[in-house]
Amino acid sequence: MVRYRTDTRTRTVEKAARIIFSLCAFTAVAAVFSITIYMIANGVPAVLQAGWKEILFSSVWQPAAQEPSFGILYVILTSVVGTFLAVLLGVPIGLFTAVFLAEAAPGWLAAVIRPAVELLAGIPSVIYGVLGMMILNPFMYRLEQRIFADSWTHQFTGGANLLSAVIVLAVMILPTVISISEAALRAVPPELKASSLALGASPVETIFQVTIPAARSGILAAVVLGVGRAVGEAMAISLVSGNAVNLPLPFCSVRFLTTAIVSEMGYAGGLHRQVLFTIGLVLFVFIMMINGILSSILKGEKRQ
Amino acid sequence: MSQSKISTDKLNLYYGAKHALKDITIKIRSNTVTALIGPSGCGKSTFLRSLNRMNELTDGVRMEGKVYLDGEDIYGPKMDVTRLRKRVGMVFQQPNPFPMSIYDNIAYGPKVHGVKNKEKLDEIVERSLKQAAIWEEVENQLSKTALGLSGGQKQRLCIARALAVEPEVLLMDEPTSALDPVSTLKVEELISRLKSQYTIVIVTHNMQQAARVSDDTAFFLMGEMVEFDTTARLFVHPADKRTQEYVTGKFG
Repeated sequence: MVRYRTDTRTRTVEKAARIIFSLCAFTAVAAVFSITIYMIANGVPAVLQAGWKEILFSSVWQPAAQEPSFGILYVILTSVVGTFLAVLLGVPIGLFTAVFLAEAAPGWLAAVIRPAVELLAGIPSVIYGVLGMMILNPFMYRLEQRIFADSWTHQFTGGANLLSAVIVLAVMILPTVISISEAALRAVPPELKASSLALGASPVETIFQVTIPAARSGILAAVVLGVGRAVGEAMAISLVSGNAVNLPLPFCSVRFLTTAIVSEMGYAGGLHRQVLFTIGLVLFVFIMMINGILSSILKGEKRQ
Repeated sequence: MSQSKISTDKLNLYYGAKHALKDITIKIRSNTVTALIGPSGCGKSTFLRSLNRMNELTDGVRMEGKVYLDGEDIYGPKMDVTRLRKRVGMVFQQPNPFPMSIYDNIAYGPKVHGVKNKEKLDEIVERSLKQAAIWEEVENQLSKTALGLSGGQKQRLCIARALAVEPEVLLMDEPTSALDPVSTLKVEELISRLKSQYTIVIVTHNMQQAARVSDDTAFFLMGEMVEFDTTARLFVHPADKRTQEYVTGKFG
């Protein structure tokens, strides 16, 4: 006979365990909730004081001037343009790497590439920044000297410009894009590929016309997560982007939303400090939008 | 006997160390339905997949012997595998339409083989869907996704997709095992109608189905082709004791 253990001690342990699990789960929710409240509470006052048009749509950033101006338009544009270009550069490379890993690579080569990609994800972002400074910036500077040799108006940046930041970001989103798209490609049923091949399509035709379309929602999720990573990155790009508030042109020094906070929070006070919180709020809104897009993609996939 | 469309000569196939097909020599008559029967793992699907070189997609496969299509060695150096697969179409066990519209599913094959003209494609799509007896059910929703169809409709769509490249041979790997009885009946009727134009080889482990649809039947057991004869004779007067035991349901 089986005897069910329903004595009080077991029940107390069960109850305690459930409470501990719930508390742990609640920590994450509480963190998100309090961050949201905190960002709004600290980001909004500056908007009320200086005017939202003055902050969001003015391009003059002179927080320490006699008559300070807190326009972050260029900073927002830099984040948008920089992220867009990084994704434009990083996603094709990442996607093709994923295709190669999932479809074409012989076992031993995949066994070399995959750990390398994982390692790439584990490297601290400041290392990317330092490498960018040492390798990319000098290269960019030489390019800059060549291109703007006859220019009277160009402000030389020493190579710390938008392009350097874009390249660093593109490399940094690779692991995300590669691993998630590879998983999506691998989830495509093998019979689907076999059907295409059995119709006389070549392997490359099959990849582009059947496998990638079949994996598109997963690949889209990879892109969105890549965007999220690029938007949120601060350390690496603060070292390579020159950190001056400018219109995001390839060879200009630029300042991103993240680097704006990093570089000034240490000494800012008063309204200046509050505007930095507003910048944080803008960043926060971006990230929330990206997450919203991602979850609607994943929901759409489930419905299919 | 009419002319043989496909024939093999001492075909041997190995998965690594496993000897999966042993000395298979067969002549498949053109414009007939040939059924391949036998218990799971007997090699019938492997044999089917060697007729359009789909086995090459599996790692560690080694082959010996010859497979001829109209007398031409399909593993020979002159044979282009995409051309071969255009001539020898295949329908799989699981209905697996591409994640695109019904129209695009059918047009996929012809497009791959270079048909670009829209009118020509329209014509191919309509003809193929009619041939596969699914036109009436989908003619008003050609632009809708094929993933919304029922299982039986999906399988007929896959048959239409295979027919769209105008193959000469149609290989079917247990095409009805994932379908309900009504859909199965529709697909079987379809097979009987299609054999006037195509040579059909069908793998099935449903012996009634083999008896209903096929002209010839080959019985496979542990990688060997035990017996190959007309369906009528193989089911009623099998020459081999093992065939008799299998078709009377003693094992398998």
